Amino acid sequence: MFDALSTRLRETLARLTGRGRVAEADVEAAMREVRLALLEADVNYRVAKEFVARVRERAVGAEVLGSLTAGQQVVKIVHEELTALLSAGDRTLHLSGSPAVVALLGLQGSGKTTSAAKLARHLVHQGRRPMLVAADPYRPAAVEQLVTLGRQLDVPVHRAPPGTGVLETARGGIHVAREQGRDVVILDTAGRHTVDPVLMEEIATLVAATRPAETLLVLDAMTGQEAVNVAEAFRAAVPLTGLLLTKIDGDARGGAALSISAVTGLPVKLMGTGEKTDALELFHPDRLAGRILGMGDVLTLVERAQEAYDEKQAAKVAEKLRRSTFGLDDFLDQLQQVKKMGPLGQLLEMLPGMGGLAKEAQASVDRGELKRIEAIISSMTREERGDPGILNASRRRRIAAGSGTTLTDVNRLVKQFGEMQKLMRRFGGSGGRGAVPFGRQGGARR
Amino acid sequence: MSAARPDRADEPALEAGLERSRGGFMARLHRLLGRDTLDEATWEEIEEALIAGDVGAALAARVVAAARRRRDGLPPEAAVRAELRALLAPREADWEPSSAVAGQPLPVLVVGVNGTGKTTSIAKLTARLEGRGRRVLLAAADTFRAAATEQLRAWAERLDVPVVAHHPGADPAAVVYDALDAASARGLDVVIVDTAGRLHTKVNLMDELAKMRRVIDRRLPGARPEVLLVLDATTGQNGLHQARAFHRAVELTGVVLAKLDSTAKGGIVFAVEDELKVPVRFVGVGERLGDLVPFDPDAFIEALFAPGEAAR
Ligand SMILES: Nc1nc2c(ncn2[C@@H]2O[C@H](COP(=O)(O)OP(=O)(O)O)[C@@H](O)[C@H]2O)c(=O)[nH]1
Ligand SMILES: [Mg+2]
Repeated sequence: MFDALSTRLRETLARLTGRGRVAEADVEAAMREVRLALLEADVNYRVAKEFVARVRERAVGAEVLGSLTAGQQVVKIVHEELTALLSAGDRTLHLSGSPAVVALLGLQGSGKTTSAAKLARHLVHQGRRPMLVAADPYRPAAVEQLVTLGRQLDVPVHRAPPGTGVLETARGGIHVAREQGRDVVILDTAGRHTVDPVLMEEIATLVAATRPAETLLVLDAMTGQEAVNVAEAFRAAVPLTGLLLTKIDGDARGGAALSISAVTGLPVKLMGTGEKTDALELFHPDRLAGRILGMGDVLTLVERAQEAYDEKQAAKVAEKLRRSTFGLDDFLDQLQQVKKMGPLGQLLEMLPGMGGLAKEAQASVDRGELKRIEAIISSMTREERGDPGILNASRRRRIAAGSGTTLTDVNRLVKQFGEMQKLMRRFGGSGGRGAVPFGRQGGARR
Repeated sequence: MSAARPDRADEPALEAGLERSRGGFMARLHRLLGRDTLDEATWEEIEEALIAGDVGAALAARVVAAARRRRDGLPPEAAVRAELRALLAPREADWEPSSAVAGQPLPVLVVGVNGTGKTTSIAKLTARLEGRGRRVLLAAADTFRAAATEQLRAWAERLDVPVVAHHPGADPAAVVYDALDAASARGLDVVIVDTAGRLHTKVNLMDELAKMRRVIDRRLPGARPEVLLVLDATTGQNGLHQARAFHRAVELTGVVLAKLDSTAKGGIVFAVEDELKVPVRFVGVGERLGDLVPFDPDAFIEALFAPGEAAR
């Protein structure tokens, strides 16, 4: 469904091919679709309304720059405005105090405990010495969950005997941390909803007494229209310093975070991108902006790829792409890299127009199709691998027989490769942000 | 293990949470809606209220258009209510989960994304079933999340029901298999399977779930398992994506809408029921064992329009 929506948005914008100045009628048509895209992404309806009004004002009569079309110019404005909203506040984690206290709070099930462990790991990697404090005495086995995670990470967890108050537990943890030379204390608090006066009072007291350097609201990326009320209510009880957005590895578009930043000015500081404790990332406003519109984000892909590749290799691939000598060997190499980098779907979803393909590609990796691809490619001659264009029917039959696959498998791979090659050439040539791929060049869909 | 919650008023669980503090999401329109004819701006406000309640932009537009088209003389509020009611799937009154095959336990597979309230809902459902004289066994098939088994065990102890569990990281399908065996051997009535939360976009994890379902179908042919999706009431439009994916993987028979005691609206269930025809069976309205209420479509709609305490 959101694929359909972003496709429609893309199509609407693609129709706006005019140059010179952006016409009012164009903007009207585009803004209807933008509004729907925002609402589908769970952006608060009031925020969406104001946003659309602001963009409309900026877009009507705007000069269409350089080689852009009117549609692309509108996208540029939309993207800039979204990014600006998401860039609210100061995104750095401030860890002053000895120890520095970081309190995580939020609704039930938003992901606080997992995030606490991820944050601990993140800090260890930065040379910090964190300690976790289990301050959720209510949910059965919440303490055990944190203790287990702490053990896995080799980070100490402070827990108090049953019956200990939350405040006492936290104070005890801070005390122990100081004694043991731990420099950050992460408080994992119980989930609570904002209409529970007793628990809101409890968190207010806890935060007032422990004076955290960071008080982060942990927000599920799938949260709906209620997000703003939730943030406002927590903010009324405690001085929040930012958001930690969780479960962004699914297909939620995270409009809730945008709404909160727009209304409260709170920055998103961190993002949870998976269930494992290493799945925590710093927040990049322009990436979420792209995601909310379903535009994808080439930047993230490039950066991620850089982490997994060494730079020379990256330069080599870029050069090959430029010269269009990117062959099947490189393709296999890419797939293996992608596997190393994490869920393929996640990566591909960042590419414009690849939403649908992403799921299938992920599926093929999951089903072990990588093995089949490896078999097929290794049954090719070097010449064939370098230039799949020469693969005629008899060569394909030979490869199928040699790799123990079927002709259909081989055909599918060659076709897939062709599509990928096209796509990559486009990115290789466009060189980043400027060419947000709307318009005729569309995406490779199936 | 877990302390009692700080004291709170002992309100009856049956007062569905959403009525309590702020009223239903349509309540603020109550006065506007009362009129006989509405102007354009008011219809627009109705549409916005529906969107604000997580009904979704497309569905909200559809409901309003249909309400406006009605020629049966219903006043606007009643027309909107009727259109919303029509989105909800048909269901039998007084439904209770029961086994399709006499003498065989009813398998109940509980699924959903991370943190929606599966384990807690299972505890509540167990309390409800045991209270009606049904004997329940719990299967700890969340072998992934840290201390998930301990969480289920804590509830089972409180409820005094048996649990079948394996070691962390074990194959969840094997847990299911053993649990079905244990329940059959002991002649128990219901086996509730607690599964690990999983994002519906993770193909391998959805496959894993499908495998659990296949184990059930193979071990108890003809059993017609209940497959319940636990949706968090604070979820927005993603809820529909979740429901679709889980339905495709394991064929849902019902939805549990958890956490409706928060300020959440739960409007996404209209889209879910309308598209998938899978009925909401229960609503979670708190963290205590008694906080599970059978879903009553008429009461739900009534509550959407009910003014909150502030407005009373
Ligand atoms: N307020 C409220 N909290 C709930 C409800 N159901 C579950 N929870 C809480 O939500 C959190 C996650 O629940 P859990 O059952 O562990 O979720 P799971 O990961 O889906 O199994 C816990 O803190 C529960 O106490 C409900 O109906 N209302
Ligand atoms: Mg669970």
